[in-house]
Amino acid sequence: MEQQYAVEMLHITKRFPGIIANDDITLQLKKGEIHALLGENGAGKSTLMSVLFGLYQPEEGEIRMNGQPVRIKDPNDANALGIGMVHQHFKLVECFTVLENIMLGVEPNKAGFLLKGEAREKITELSERYGLYVDLDALIEDITVGMQQRTEILKMLYRENDILIFDEPTAVLTPQEITELMQIMRNLAAEGKSILFISHKLNEIMEVADRCSVLRKGKYIGTVEVKDTTKEELSRMMVGRDVEFTVAKKDAEPGEVLLEVRDLYVKSRVHDSDAVRGVSFDVRRGEIVCIAGIDGNGQTELIYGLTGLEPVRGGSIIYEGTDVTHYSIRKRITSGWSHIPEDRHKHGLVLDYPLDYNMVLQRYFEPEFTKGGMLRKGNIRAYSDELIEKYDVRSGQGSATPARSMSGGNQQKAIVARELDRDSDLIIAVQPTRGLDVGAIENIHRQLVAQRDAGRAVLLVSLELEEVMSLSDRILVMYEGEIVGELDPKKTTVEELGLYMAGAKKNMGTALGEPDPDVSPDTTEGQEAGSNE
Amino acid sequence: MNNKRRSLVKNNAFQSIVASLICIVLGLVLGFIVLLIIKPSGAVGGITALLRSYFKYQDAKHVLELFTQTMVKAVPLIMCSLSILFCYKVGLFNIGAAGQYCIGIGIAIYAAIAWKLPWWLCMLMALAGGAILGCIVGLLKAYRNVNEVISGIMLNWMSLYVVNIMLKTVKQPNISETRNIPFNSRIPSLGLDKLLGNKYASIAIPLVIVIAVGIYILLEKTRFGYELKATGFNKHAAKYAGMAEKRNIIVTLAIGGALAGLGAAMFYLTNFQHWETEAATVPAMGFNGIAAAFLGGLNPIGCIFSSFFIQHITEGGAYIDNMTYAPQMSDLIFAIIIYLCSFVLFIKSVMNRSMAKNEKKRAALAGIDSVPGTGAALVADPPSDQDASADEPETPPLSEDGKGGDE
Repeated sequence: MEQQYAVEMLHITKRFPGIIANDDITLQLKKGEIHALLGENGAGKSTLMSVLFGLYQPEEGEIRMNGQPVRIKDPNDANALGIGMVHQHFKLVECFTVLENIMLGVEPNKAGFLLKGEAREKITELSERYGLYVDLDALIEDITVGMQQRTEILKMLYRENDILIFDEPTAVLTPQEITELMQIMRNLAAEGKSILFISHKLNEIMEVADRCSVLRKGKYIGTVEVKDTTKEELSRMMVGRDVEFTVAKKDAEPGEVLLEVRDLYVKSRVHDSDAVRGVSFDVRRGEIVCIAGIDGNGQTELIYGLTGLEPVRGGSIIYEGTDVTHYSIRKRITSGWSHIPEDRHKHGLVLDYPLDYNMVLQRYFEPEFTKGGMLRKGNIRAYSDELIEKYDVRSGQGSATPARSMSGGNQQKAIVARELDRDSDLIIAVQPTRGLDVGAIENIHRQLVAQRDAGRAVLLVSLELEEVMSLSDRILVMYEGEIVGELDPKKTTVEELGLYMAGAKKNMGTALGEPDPDVSPDTTEGQEAGSNE
Repeated sequence: MNNKRRSLVKNNAFQSIVASLICIVLGLVLGFIVLLIIKPSGAVGGITALLRSYFKYQDAKHVLELFTQTMVKAVPLIMCSLSILFCYKVGLFNIGAAGQYCIGIGIAIYAAIAWKLPWWLCMLMALAGGAILGCIVGLLKAYRNVNEVISGIMLNWMSLYVVNIMLKTVKQPNISETRNIPFNSRIPSLGLDKLLGNKYASIAIPLVIVIAVGIYILLEKTRFGYELKATGFNKHAAKYAGMAEKRNIIVTLAIGGALAGLGAAMFYLTNFQHWETEAATVPAMGFNGIAAAFLGGLNPIGCIFSSFFIQHITEGGAYIDNMTYAPQMSDLIFAIIIYLCSFVLFIKSVMNRSMAKNEKKRAALAGIDSVPGTGAALVADPPSDQDASADEPETPPLSEDGKGGDE
C-alpha cells in the first residue's frame, strides 16, 4: 500500500528548562501538499522544525518518513533524508555568485577541481522546470531579496530534497514577489514536492495552503482543510480567542504640527551616496503618519537621521518650532521623543543586561533611579515590575531575566512598554510588530492608537501593507530615498499602494516639500498624477 | 533546601571561584605531567616546592617576611589586572596596560629622583601619565575606530624606550640600574613594615584593596558603571539610549591607564626594585594582569586573590631544584597555569551547560511542575535565539565573556 504521508511527526514532546516547547505534537505532511504550520510567537513552530531538522532531540515521540521510523541526529541526517529548509534569514555567502552558493557543500568535482559546467546545467534545468528565474553569475550582494530567496529554493532542489520547509518566507518580500512565491510553491507541490509553510500571515495560508496545523503555547490544537475554514476560524485556533483584524479607531483629529522635516539628506549605510534624498513631511499631534515602502528604500536611514543615530547631510528637523537637527540623542529623548527601533537586538536592548536595567535604558539618570551617582536598584526593580505587569511582558524570572534569554516577542513588548510609558509627545515606531503574532500585534496597534488619541504624534515605519492600511491616518510612500506619494488609507487600495512602493507610480503632492502646513493632505490623493509604466 | 543548594551552585560568584580553582588544579596537573616527562624522579619534589614556595622555611618570621614581599609584588599585578578588567567590562581589551604601567614607572622614578617630589605627587603624576596614554588609545578608538589592541601594543614599545631614555638620566654610575628612591619619595608604611616584618611593606597594600573595592562599586553600583557596561555590552544600544558612547570609550581607557600607571608607582616607590635602563622588553606585569583578571573571574575582589596566587607561584618557581630541572622550568609551569587561567570562562560555560542538562533531565523525570520559577515561564517561549533562526541554537562557549553577541 502506498504511504500517504511523506513525513509524520508523532506525539513529539520537547522540553526546555522551565518550558514545554512542544507538548505532544503531531504533524503529518502528505506527499505533494502544501501544509501550513500556524502559531503565535513561541507557540513552538521553530522548535518543532528544529526537531525535524535534527537540531534538537525530542524527549518523546517519533518521526516517520514514508511510514518508516527514522532518527534524525543532526542536519546532515535531515539532508540525507531529503529535508531542506529556507530560513527566515537566508544562509547565503554574500560575495559568492548564485551558482557558487547553490552548489556550495555539494560541489561536483573531479580530483578536487570544480565542475561548474555540470552544476550550471543542472541548475538551469531546475530553474526552468519550476519557473525560478535567477542570474546564476550575479553576486548575492547585488541581487534582490526575492532573488536571494529563489537561490535558497534552488539550493534545496539542487540537493534533491523532497520535503521543503519555508520559514516565514514572505516576511521580506514585496506584494508582487509574494504572488510569485505563491506560484512557485504551487509549482513545486504539483511536481510532487511536499511543502511545510510556516507563517502567521493568515491571508497567505488561505491562498496557498492545502491544510493547516495550528499550535498554541506548545500544544497541538488541530489540523484543518484550508478550503473548509475561514481566516477568523484559524485565528481563533491560533490565539484562543476572537481577534479583531482591523484596528478599531476613531477618525484622527490632527492638531498642531509637532515635527517638521525639511529637505532631509542622509548618507546610506552601505554605500557613499545619499539614501535619503530631500525628504520633507510634517507630523501633527493626534495622527499616525506611516512611511510605507519596500525594505531598503531609505526608511532606515531616514529614521537614523531623525533620531540622531546618524548625522544628516542636509536639511533640517524642526520639533515644536525649534530646530533640533543637531541635537544630541539624549537631548531629543529628553525633549519628549520615543523611538521603537527597527532592530531590537542592535539598538533596542542591551541583551546582557537584565530586563529591569533595560527598562530604564533612557531614564537611568533620572533622580528616581539615581541618587548621588549611585543606582537606586530598588526603584529600578519596582518600576520594571510595574511595566511588566502593565504591558504583560512575559519572562522566566521577571525583572531579573537576562534580556538575551527572552523570546523575541516579549523582547519587543518590553521595548514598546519602555517607549510608550515615557509619555513622549513624539513616538517613532519602526516596524513595531515585526515578527509578532496577531495577538501581540493587535495589542501594540491598540496602544499606538491610544497614544494618538491622547494627542501625541506617531510616526510609523512599516513594511506590512495591512498594518499600513489599517493603522495609519496618512501614508507617505518612500521609494529610492524620496517620498513619491502621499495617500489617504481610506481612499486607496493595497494594489495602488503596491504600485507606489514599486516605483511605478508617483505623486509629488503639494504638501510635500512645502513649508506650508496648512495644505490638507487630502488634496494629494493622487490617482491622476502618476506616471504609469 | 535542595533549591538553596541549587541556587548556590548557580550563583555567579560561586561559579567563578570554582572555575578558577579547577583551572589552577588543571594547570598544576599539566605542569606535573611536564615535570614527569622531563625527569620522573624529581616531579613530586618539584611541584611541591613550587606550591610550598617560602613556606618551606621553619622560621615564622622569615616566612612572614617573604609572605609580605609577595604582597608587595602583588600590588602592581592587582592594579594591572584591575586595569584590564575595567576596560574588559566595557568591551575593550586594554593590552596597552603594559605600556601604561611602563610609563607609570618612568614618571614615578623620575619625579622621585630627579625632582625629589613627595611620594603622593609622584603617584599622581604616574597616574596621570598612564591616563594620558590610555586616552590616546581611547581617542583613536572612538574617533578613528583604530583597534585598541594594535594602538596599545605600539604604545607599549614607545613607552618602553621613552622610559629607558628618561631614566638613564637618573641611573647609578657604572651600572644601568636607576638610583635609590629618596626617602621623602617612598610610600610611607605607617608601621606596616614592622607589623608585616618587611621593610618594603607600605600603605600601598591596604590602598590597593580600597581601589579594588572602589572599582567593584563603580562598576556594579553606580550610574557611571551602568553606562559604561551598557556601552561595553552593546554600543549601538548605548548610542540609541543617548549615552555618549565615544566619551565612554575614552574615559574607560583613561581610567584603565590610570590604574596601570598608579600600580607602577605603588610598586617602584617602595624602592623594592630598580629600573633596568637597558631593558629590551616591556615589563610583563601588564600582560600577567590579563591572566590575573581572568583567573579572578573578572571580579575586582577576585583579582586580589588571583594576583596574589600568581605572584606566589612565581616566587615558588625559585624553589624548584635547579640541579634536577633547568632554571626555566618554573617559568614553564607558571606559564602553563597562567595559560589555563584564561579558560575560566570556558569552564564556567561548561559547568552551566552540564547543569542545564541535569535540570532538564530532572524536569523530564519529575514532570514540569517541580522546576523552579515555571509559573509564568510555562507560557513563555524558548529563548529568542532559537526562535530567530533554527540552526544556530548554541551560543558560543565564550559568550559570557562580557562582550555580548554584537559585532
